[in-house]
Amino acid sequence: MGLLSKKDSKLILDPLADNNPITIQVLGICSALAITAQLKASIVMAISVLAVMGIGNVVISLMRNIIPSKIRIIVQLIVVASLVIIVDQVLKAFAYSLSKELSVFIGLIITNCIIMGRFEAFALGNGPWRSFLDGIGNAAGYGVILIIVGFFRELLGSGTLLGFPVLGDPITKTGVYALGYENNGFMLLSPMALIIVGLIIWVQRARNKDLIEE
Amino acid sequence: MARNTDKNSYTIIFAVIMVIVVGSLLAGIAQGLKSKITLNERFEKMQNILYAIGVNGNEGSGDITFISTDKVEEAFSKYITKQIVIQGDEVTENPEAYLIDIKKEETKAKDPNYQRRLPLFIGEKDGKTLYVVPMRGKGLWDAIWGFVAVDKSLVVQGVFFDHAGETPGLGAEIKQRYFMDDFTGEHVLDGDVFKGITVAKGNNDPINENKTDNKVDAIAGATITGDGVTAMIKKDMKMYLPYLKSLNQ
Repeated sequence: MGLLSKKDSKLILDPLADNNPITIQVLGICSALAITAQLKASIVMAISVLAVMGIGNVVISLMRNIIPSKIRIIVQLIVVASLVIIVDQVLKAFAYSLSKELSVFIGLIITNCIIMGRFEAFALGNGPWRSFLDGIGNAAGYGVILIIVGFFRELLGSGTLLGFPVLGDPITKTGVYALGYENNGFMLLSPMALIIVGLIIWVQRARNKDLIEE
Repeated sequence: MARNTDKNSYTIIFAVIMVIVVGSLLAGIAQGLKSKITLNERFEKMQNILYAIGVNGNEGSGDITFISTDKVEEAFSKYITKQIVIQGDEVTENPEAYLIDIKKEETKAKDPNYQRRLPLFIGEKDGKTLYVVPMRGKGLWDAIWGFVAVDKSLVVQGVFFDHAGETPGLGAEIKQRYFMDDFTGEHVLDGDVFKGITVAKGNNDPINENKTDNKVDAIAGATITGDGVTAMIKKDMKMYLPYLKSLNQ
């Protein structure tokens, strides 16, 4: 990466794998469970979090020297909440159908603990540019896991990807359904997301032994 | 650090300034965009009502497509021939009936002296007269609402459902074609008795061949939202029954 120094590119690449917010830090599990029943929903959430994290980290970083430490959590909360409300209002006014589609996601962004976690752990102590990279990196690491989980849950649970039937028609029994395959409705329920995340954690730690805790 | 940010006075002043700045920023944005948002919401309501009577951009079996916003006003005045408000035994015509807020009416109706206003939209499509009943109920997390278009004999001709915050992939699926299309042709009455339409688990009829059983197939993992739809249809459709039944006499 010519554009970024080695230290800076580490900020983006680390959270994608060896310091992933979901599989290593186990943050942001709540939304990973709730909205990954469909691939499309996962992608939308990943993009929304990317935007809010990038901007939010920069705002907090710019304010880091004037925020009183006693009320810093509340200040962080206000920043995320305001950003989310502004995004919501602007979408409602200029892209109404998109805002209908995003519906609950916008509100759910506030509840994402990764955002508060990065504000607290990184943006409060680093400059705007590095905070921006850190925000983008962590949001991307979160998004990757979300998309993987969404992919498997939609494929195995509904037999579709992004709404397109890829395994055939379960009612008229075409495609793999003709061979006696059935959709696993269990995949649509939230606990299955936890099991998939568990499997990802297992695969990741099996490949990189350094990640295993004592 | 030049300032002592740990002082109580600094903390309080910071909090006050922050609240004022953020508050006025948000209020300003909300005010500035208000007129655009209300217009969008009006168009959306028109689109929803038109969707229920089958005026939409649907093709094949893909996603739901509304009639586009630049054509919606024209289409609304063309297809919705009459808008009426039912208040007790009184029926009045009101070209702005679609703007009546059902949620507010429902709250006001808790007062026994208040005679609830029930808006009903009468549309003409392909020579058929359709009666669009607006409704509102509770899903799992938040409100759900919809428009059900029935013909004179109370057979459903089209529906539209929407929700404020149901779980994506589960309850939010009530807004999908495969769920809504199932209602078309379904009977609301069983003989002469009002049954509504039940979103039923295990009715063993996934393609909905039996149209007279007052049941449609439920969505897996969305039991409470489905029950909400059932309850909403029962509760709100019932209020329109006297009027709808009187059409046949």
